[in-house]
Amino acid sequence: MTALRAILTRALMTAITLFGVAVIVFVVIRVAPGDPIAMMLPPGASDDDIAHLRALYGLDKSIVQQFFIWLGNVLQGDFGTSISIRQPVSRIVLNRLPATLELSLLAMTIAVLFGGALAFFATRFRETPAETGVDIINGIALSVPDFLWGLALILLLGVAWPVFEISGRISPSLDPQFSTQFYLLESILRLRLDVTLDLLDHMLMPALALALPLAAVIAQLLKVSLKETMNQDYVMLARTKGFSESHVISHDAFRNALLPTLTLTGIQLTFLIGGTVIIERLFSYEGLGNLAIDAVINRDLPLIQGIVLLFAILFVGINLAVDLLYTVLNPRLRHG
Amino acid sequence: MSEHARHRRPVSWRLILSGSWLAIVIICAVFAPYIAPHDPLAQDLLLERLPPFWVSGAEPGYYLGTDGLGRDVLSRIIYGARIALTVAFVAATAACLIGSTMGLVAGYFRGWLDQIVSRIVDIWMSFPPVLFSILLVAVIGTGLHSVIIAITAIDWIRFCRVVRAETLVQTRMDYIDSARAAGFSRLNILVREVFPNALPTIVALLSLEMGIAVIVEAILSFVNLSISTDDPTWGGMIAEGRTIIHFAWWVLVFPLIALFLTVLAFSQFGEGLRDRFDPVLR
Repeated sequence: MTALRAILTRALMTAITLFGVAVIVFVVIRVAPGDPIAMMLPPGASDDDIAHLRALYGLDKSIVQQFFIWLGNVLQGDFGTSISIRQPVSRIVLNRLPATLELSLLAMTIAVLFGGALAFFATRFRETPAETGVDIINGIALSVPDFLWGLALILLLGVAWPVFEISGRISPSLDPQFSTQFYLLESILRLRLDVTLDLLDHMLMPALALALPLAAVIAQLLKVSLKETMNQDYVMLARTKGFSESHVISHDAFRNALLPTLTLTGIQLTFLIGGTVIIERLFSYEGLGNLAIDAVINRDLPLIQGIVLLFAILFVGINLAVDLLYTVLNPRLRHG
Repeated sequence: MSEHARHRRPVSWRLILSGSWLAIVIICAVFAPYIAPHDPLAQDLLLERLPPFWVSGAEPGYYLGTDGLGRDVLSRIIYGARIALTVAFVAATAACLIGSTMGLVAGYFRGWLDQIVSRIVDIWMSFPPVLFSILLVAVIGTGLHSVIIAITAIDWIRFCRVVRAETLVQTRMDYIDSARAAGFSRLNILVREVFPNALPTIVALLSLEMGIAVIVEAILSFVNLSISTDDPTWGGMIAEGRTIIHFAWWVLVFPLIALFLTVLAFSQFGEGLRDRFDPVLR
């Protein structure tokens, strides 16, 4: 019964959060300077024309009525039409979302691998200068945000020692003619490895920039839990059985050190996705974030609304998933 | 750690190094007109894209070279420190005051107040912060004021979350019960007992937030939404440097180093202060 209650409370809070998000997005966009009607009409339009158009777009109604009409449309998946691209916002946004998701997941994978390796290394050589070294690397990776890592990478691996492409998602000469926008996934499934390599050539640097701060968080947390676990009885037992230190860490300690790290990694995933906005801009990567900045610069209000809402839904969804995952995975809470 | 142990502990290298760099940046910002070798706005098309002093083709007096319009890179970095630090101090302090107050109140009084504050924090956490700040600045208009307002409006929740959590922990401790039994009022306990104990965390976070504010200002300048493009900002220089990176790497490299060290220094300084003044560690 208590579990059901907890889930219902969580669902209610999520609903309140989403409603609040909708209100904020609506309010911020409405206070934006500039009359949208004035922008649509040619100069010299009569007052009648203006009134007619205002009525057509529902702008003659009260602000509260306008909000609920807008919210109703949004709930039906109708985000309006983009002013600058002249296509339905939902179509544009869903077209760009896969690029951002692929970049985020690649970054996440890199972060987990890097962070895990660092934590393993620091635990294996704990209380030696190697651990101090890892701590210093962590401290720097953690304090410097993705934007600066991106710039540093462009300089190092893009210009000084040009290994990777510094802009775009895919080489313009390469037209994969894929049926989805999940280029990376589809290229792997179709075994078009030339496309995969080209995509990675473009994606690795932005992904690395996004991954570094998160890798540091993972390394730090995992290291702390690993070191704690290393003093537990069952780890001692495994050691007395004659297993090597590396084997003990990777087989016995890792499994139990994972849960706290996993939860925090989930929460950090939203920070990583938030970081794609500026990183995509920096690398001219054609994802949602880059589109969002264009939309802001072009004052394309319907498009901005759509993108911000999509990000918000994504974030709320991730936070909810993390909560649920934690409840499912934590043996102490499972029977609570 | 005993009192004895603390006396033996010298000021950490972390504090010395980060504090020194911050002192240099502050001096540059305050005395920019006396330090900068050139007018940061003076353009000279005959001197465009001069390399730094150790590269052949450099012009004496332009130590770190010039940008695409012939403006002195070093002077622009020195003047850029003014805007970076103004944003850092004003925005971070404002965010700290608002967020800490909300966090203290929510964590201490709990109940419906806490519910409301927590829901607002949830809603704020649902937006990507960079996109949120870009959107806010676009709505309220560009300029230094807008940048500061946007950063404050977004980042107060960082303080609110941490201070609320800290306050929740503090109020469960025994000394609060003792204070209550001794007849202190709720407000008195909040101000005299809970707040001082949350202070090391707040100070560390404040320093960290100054670094974040510097970055956000740079990002906004980078997407051309901060202050006017002529004024020297590190982000604006980086944006220009990014476009001519293959011809004049120094236009990007030097402001990037300044930004890198400043952000690193702010966060390390905060951590150093927390280690030193944390009452639990002490």
